[in-house]
Amino acid sequence: MGRRVLITGLDTFWGGRMAQALELEPDVEMILGLGTNDPKVPLERTEFVRSDQKYSILNRIVRATQVDTIVHTFLETNSIGVSSRVLHEINVIGTLNLLAAAGSAGSSVRQVVIKSSAHVYGSSETDPTWFREDTGRTSPVRNRLERSLIEVESLVRDFTEDNPHLVVTVLRFAHVLGTDIITPISYDLRHRVLPAIAGFDPLVQFVEEDDVVRALEFVTGKQLPGVFNVSGAGKLPWSEVASIGGARLLPLSPFRPQAFAAPLRRAGVIQFPPEMEGFIRFGRGVDTSRFAATGFEYRYTSAGAVDSFARANNLRRATGSGSGAPEYRYEQEVEQFFRHSPAVVRGIDG
Amino acid sequence: MHGVSPDPSDIDQTVRQASRPTDNDIIDAVVESGHHGAPAATVDGVTDGEPGREHARGAVRDVAHGDDQARPPGGASVSILPVAANRRRRPQPDDPRRSDVDEWGRSEHMRSIVRRLYNPMYRYWFRVEWEGLEKIPTHGGALLIANHAGAIPPDAPAIMHGIEVELGRPVYGLADYFFRTVPVVGTLWSRTGGVPAHPDNAYRLLHDQHQLALVFPEGTKATSKTYSDRYRLRRFGRGGFVEIAMKAGVPVIPIAVVGAEESMPILFSMGGVARALKLPYFPVTANSLVFGPLGYVAYLPAKIKLRVLDPITFDVEPGLERYSRSRVMDEAEAVRAKLQDALHDMLRERRSVWFG
Repeated sequence: MGRRVLITGLDTFWGGRMAQALELEPDVEMILGLGTNDPKVPLERTEFVRSDQKYSILNRIVRATQVDTIVHTFLETNSIGVSSRVLHEINVIGTLNLLAAAGSAGSSVRQVVIKSSAHVYGSSETDPTWFREDTGRTSPVRNRLERSLIEVESLVRDFTEDNPHLVVTVLRFAHVLGTDIITPISYDLRHRVLPAIAGFDPLVQFVEEDDVVRALEFVTGKQLPGVFNVSGAGKLPWSEVASIGGARLLPLSPFRPQAFAAPLRRAGVIQFPPEMEGFIRFGRGVDTSRFAATGFEYRYTSAGAVDSFARANNLRRATGSGSGAPEYRYEQEVEQFFRHSPAVVRGIDG
Repeated sequence: MHGVSPDPSDIDQTVRQASRPTDNDIIDAVVESGHHGAPAATVDGVTDGEPGREHARGAVRDVAHGDDQARPPGGASVSILPVAANRRRRPQPDDPRRSDVDEWGRSEHMRSIVRRLYNPMYRYWFRVEWEGLEKIPTHGGALLIANHAGAIPPDAPAIMHGIEVELGRPVYGLADYFFRTVPVVGTLWSRTGGVPAHPDNAYRLLHDQHQLALVFPEGTKATSKTYSDRYRLRRFGRGGFVEIAMKAGVPVIPIAVVGAEESMPILFSMGGVARALKLPYFPVTANSLVFGPLGYVAYLPAKIKLRVLDPITFDVEPGLERYSRSRVMDEAEAVRAKLQDALHDMLRERRSVWFG
């Protein structure tokens, strides 16, 4: 019997990408996606179930579908436009329900993959230049996004302890850039203004969006329990990110940069979430040797991820679309027809 | 071209095999410092293997030639303006990088500028003189430790500059976190080879990357001490440097520095001001009495002498998670005693603070 995989956040960037990637794997028998909205990418055989952000129906779904793998991509790693309450509901309560369903008596789940973020390490002057997976943060938590992700990881740790028979894989991704993903940094680069703190030029890492999906796909179905840092090789200074990305640096005052950035932020010129402040002051580096030892091979370095974004951005400026692909709109009835109607002859290339 | 030396015979030094491609600036600096007198005596000790000796000029010409090949014809030649030519790395098809900043933040380009600016200071102001430079390995990791002195210590740049110029290999200086929080200074420090002093950083540099790392085990306790305590080594922290060297399996090489104490002596410290400004200490220096506020950037022209002591290796298995605390403390104390003895020895021989 093939693998039966459940993906959370099918309507989000990562869930959609992950489902597309898994559809190409022949030994994945069934893919089930949960989302609060319609999927934004065309999917061939993924089943879509609409649910609320808290996944309160998850227990029933897991039992009914007998999934053996859960890929939890629906974690908010960007606090822009998300209220504290929603952030808490999505990250903490969502994970809580997900883990409760996975760990309930008689559950068929064998592996849980969590897409976490290097935000859990924070950024401060007392940081080592490279965080290993077992290096703790050195600074107190200063913003709600980091707080919520740390809470998620502590839930996952407890879950791992309580369910030693399950493979729990946590991937902590560095900042993502790529052809399609929209993050505060990519927003700023697209607007050709990159906030910086005057007098600071920290070293940063990036991981390309394709590598994120490939990493998630790589661990899915493998016996790789534990926490892994995932980031492209090398580091580059923040000023070089601007230079490769074709943006100007906007130096903000080292004292209260948020206050100085506020007018531009409100005008929509830049995005500058609170979790970015420490990052552009002290940077962050994660040691990826543990994940490298599993045999995963990256396609992009840190600088390569920025470059990949920059190239897509050039294309977007010229044609209006980053990847060149046409926009997709999910139509419930059409998708249902193609997946389930006896009229459709399956198994032929179309 | 490149050069300063009109005649190859002026160049009295060999250029060691550059360990990294970006090291050609080091070679520039070697050429530049070609005629200075002071270190030559000690450097001669290093330049063993006369037959395999290649002239610095020759090496530079080779490097420049290589550049010319990679450059489109008619492009700016590296031999006219090496600094400008190195600002951007040569464009390679698959390499999006636009600077030579490495993963620690060190930029060879930046280092070469700083070397140019600092070299007159090194040669004519402090007249730095090395002894036993051949004890510093040209390959492999080693942990350099030294005594620390002066309100704004001149010893770190002198050691880093000296080793880069004489041995042609980079030195990473491990410094207090405080540096990172200061705008501009923190970034400059990072670009010129400064690394936050974290055990993980030291281990990665020494063990994984076989680099030279420089630490001052006394930390700010040494630079904040007043002139009346000169050349009295402070406590060596918790012996962390010994533990790192054990773990990384590299030798500890102590360097005794004489002269830094007198270059910016602290008369007394103002604790209240330091706390108000969130500084580790706020010194009132002799320089600031003479030069006013400029005294915090102007050193007194004390002669700096550096003596490299014998490398110390520890007979323990490398790579362990932890080492016996008492063993580490004992070794740290032994290193401290050796360094203190060497300092006393050098001070006994010293005739003048200003002329050595």
